[in-house]
Amino acid sequence: MERIASDTRPEAMLECMMLIRAYEERLAAMQAAGQAAGTCTSVGQEASAVGVVRALGPDDRILTNHRSAGHLIARGADPGRILAEVMGKRDGYCKGKSGSLHVSVKELGVVLTSTIVGGELSLATGVGLSHALLGEQGIVACFFGDGAACEGIFHESLNLAAVWKLPILYVCENNQWQAYVHRKETMLGDRISEWAAKYGMEGLTVDGNDVEAVHAAATQAIASIRRTGKPFLLETYTYRLRGHYEPDDQSYVDPAELSAWRAKDPIDRLRAKLLTSGTLSETGLQQMRQRVAAAIEQAVAFAAASPFPDTAELTTDVYA
Amino acid sequence: MSEITVNEAVSQALAEEMRRDPRVVMFGEGVATKRRELVREFGEKRVRNTPLAEGIIAGTAVGAAATGLRPVVDLLFAPFLCFSMDEIVNSAGKLRYMSGGQFAFPLVAIAMTGGGWTVGAQHNHNVESWFVHSPGLKVVMPSTAADFKGLLKAAIRDDNPVLFFVDLALGFEPGEVPDGEHVVPLGKAATLRAGRDVTLISYAKTVNHCLQAADDLAKAGISAEVIDLRSLKPLDEKAILASARKTGRVLVVHEASRMCGVGAEVAAIVAEKAFDALKAPVLRLTGPDAPAPSSYVLEQAFIPQPGAIVEAVRKLVVPAFAA
Repeated sequence: MERIASDTRPEAMLECMMLIRAYEERLAAMQAAGQAAGTCTSVGQEASAVGVVRALGPDDRILTNHRSAGHLIARGADPGRILAEVMGKRDGYCKGKSGSLHVSVKELGVVLTSTIVGGELSLATGVGLSHALLGEQGIVACFFGDGAACEGIFHESLNLAAVWKLPILYVCENNQWQAYVHRKETMLGDRISEWAAKYGMEGLTVDGNDVEAVHAAATQAIASIRRTGKPFLLETYTYRLRGHYEPDDQSYVDPAELSAWRAKDPIDRLRAKLLTSGTLSETGLQQMRQRVAAAIEQAVAFAAASPFPDTAELTTDVYA
Repeated sequence: MSEITVNEAVSQALAEEMRRDPRVVMFGEGVATKRRELVREFGEKRVRNTPLAEGIIAGTAVGAAATGLRPVVDLLFAPFLCFSMDEIVNSAGKLRYMSGGQFAFPLVAIAMTGGGWTVGAQHNHNVESWFVHSPGLKVVMPSTAADFKGLLKAAIRDDNPVLFFVDLALGFEPGEVPDGEHVVPLGKAATLRAGRDVTLISYAKTVNHCLQAADDLAKAGISAEVIDLRSLKPLDEKAILASARKTGRVLVVHEASRMCGVGAEVAAIVAEKAFDALKAPVLRLTGPDAPAPSSYVLEQAFIPQPGAIVEAVRKLVVPAFAA
C-alpha cells in the first residue's frame, strides 16, 4: 500500500532531499559497477522536487519526466520499488517494463511519465481536462525542463491550458542543461517564467536550490490555481550537478560554472541553516544520515532480492 | 433499416455514444463549429474547438483518457497525424505497457484520407499501416455507412486507443443502416459477396471497386468472393484464411502504397498458414510509391480501379495470361 508523503517541516524536507541524493548516487555507483542500467539523475535539483511535491495535496496529480526520482521519492514512493524498476525486476512499480525513464505510480497520483522531452507537456492538458470536467478537487503538476520549454509542444500546452482554464501547475526545472547542450546555446534570455505572460498566464521564477523558497512559491501558485482554476508557470532555477545520463564524465561542462553551483548545493544550504538556527542538532543530523543510509541499504536489498519478470510478461499489458 | 450517408452515420454514432456515456467528450479543429447539434445537446464543455495543433489535441486526448474521460478527437486529414505521432505512438500506444498496466487509454482519433477530392498529398495519404505497425493501437477503416456507425460506436466503447480512418470519397455515400442499437465488433471482417474462384480482400473505398469488379467477373464466368477487412488491427486472420482455403486464389486491393502495406501482411498470413491451399501466388493491387497527386486524372489513376482488379484476377485465374 502506497502512502503519500506530506511532511513539510524543514527538517523533513531536508531528510527527503538527502534520501533522493543518496538514492541517485547509489544508483550511479551501481551503474558504474555494472549492477544497474544507466539513468538520468536529478542530483542538485532536489529542492525543486521536494519543495513543489510537498506543496501538493492528496488529490493532486503529478506528471513527470526522465529525471523523476526526486518527484517520486518526495511523493512517498518506495526507493526499493523504484530501484527494482530500474533494475528491470518484477516488484518495480511498472513490473520492470519501464526502467528508470518512465516510472509512474498511479496510487500516488504520479501519472503518465514520458521520457520523450515535452511528452509530459502534451499529456498534462488532458489530465487537467479530466479534473475540470469530472469535478475533481485536485490540480495537476507537470514537471519539465528548459529543454522541453524549447519544444513546440510547450507553446501548444500552455496556450491550450490558458484558453481552457485548466488547473495545471507547470513546473519548469530550469537546470541549465538540455541533454548535452547548455541552455545558453538554445535560447535567448534567462527566465522561462517570463514567457507565461504571453499566454495570459501567471509566471514566477524561484531560487530552485532553496527548498523553503520553492515550497512557499509552489504553495502560493497552487492556491492561485485552486482559487481561479487557471494554470500557473513556476520556474525553479537550478542546476544539474551530474551529467545527462550515467555514466557521464561532464567533460563538456565549464568547471567554474559547476563549482559555482556546487557551492549553492540545496542540501548543504538547508543543513547549514537548520544547524545554525538550532532547528537541527548535530545528533539529529547524525540520526538522519543513519536513517537515510538504512533506507538505501533496505532498498538495494529489496531490489536485489526481487526476481526478474517471467518472460510471459513480454506481451502482457499491451492492450486493455 | 434506414438509408443514410456515411457522414450521417458518423454523426449518429457520436451522438448516441455521448448520450449513453457522460465520459465521452469530443474536441478538435472545428468540431464545435461543424457539429452544432452535438454542442446543443451536450454543451460546450463536452464538445470543443481547439487550436490547429494536432500535437496538443492528441496529447490532451491521451491524458484525458488515462484519467477518466473517453475522448474522441477529430484530427481532420491523415497527413496531419504526423504532428501527433509522439502522442499517439509513444504515449497512447506505449504507456499502458510501460506503466505495467496501470493505465488504459480509451480514445478515438478520427482522420480522413483517400483520393476523390483532389486535395493533394498533404491532405491525402493513406498512412493506416504506420499505426498497424505500432503496438498498443487499434485501427479501423470502414467502407459502408452501417460499418461507419457500428465500428465508431465500438471504437468509442473500446478501452484502447483506436485510429478511425475515414475514406474521404465515402462521406456522401448512402447505405442501409439498421435501426436502433448497432455496434460492429472490432477485429471482424465482413464477407460482402460469396464466391468460389478467387478472393478479393480490401478495405475502404476499394471494397466498392472490388464489388464492381466481381460483377464484371461474374459475367465472364469467374466467381469472386469479396471480403471487407473493416478492422486492420486486430486483423481477422480467421476470415482471411477461411476464404483463401476456399478459393485458393487471393488478390489484396488497397489504395495505400504497396511496400509494407496491409496487403503485405495479408499475403504473408496466407503464405504462412494456407500455402497448401493456394493455386496461385497471392497478388497485391495497390496505390504506387508516390505522393497522392491532386489532378483528378492522376488521382484516379492512383487508386486501384475496377478494371485493373478484373485484369489482376484474370492473371490469377488463367495462369497463361500472366506472361
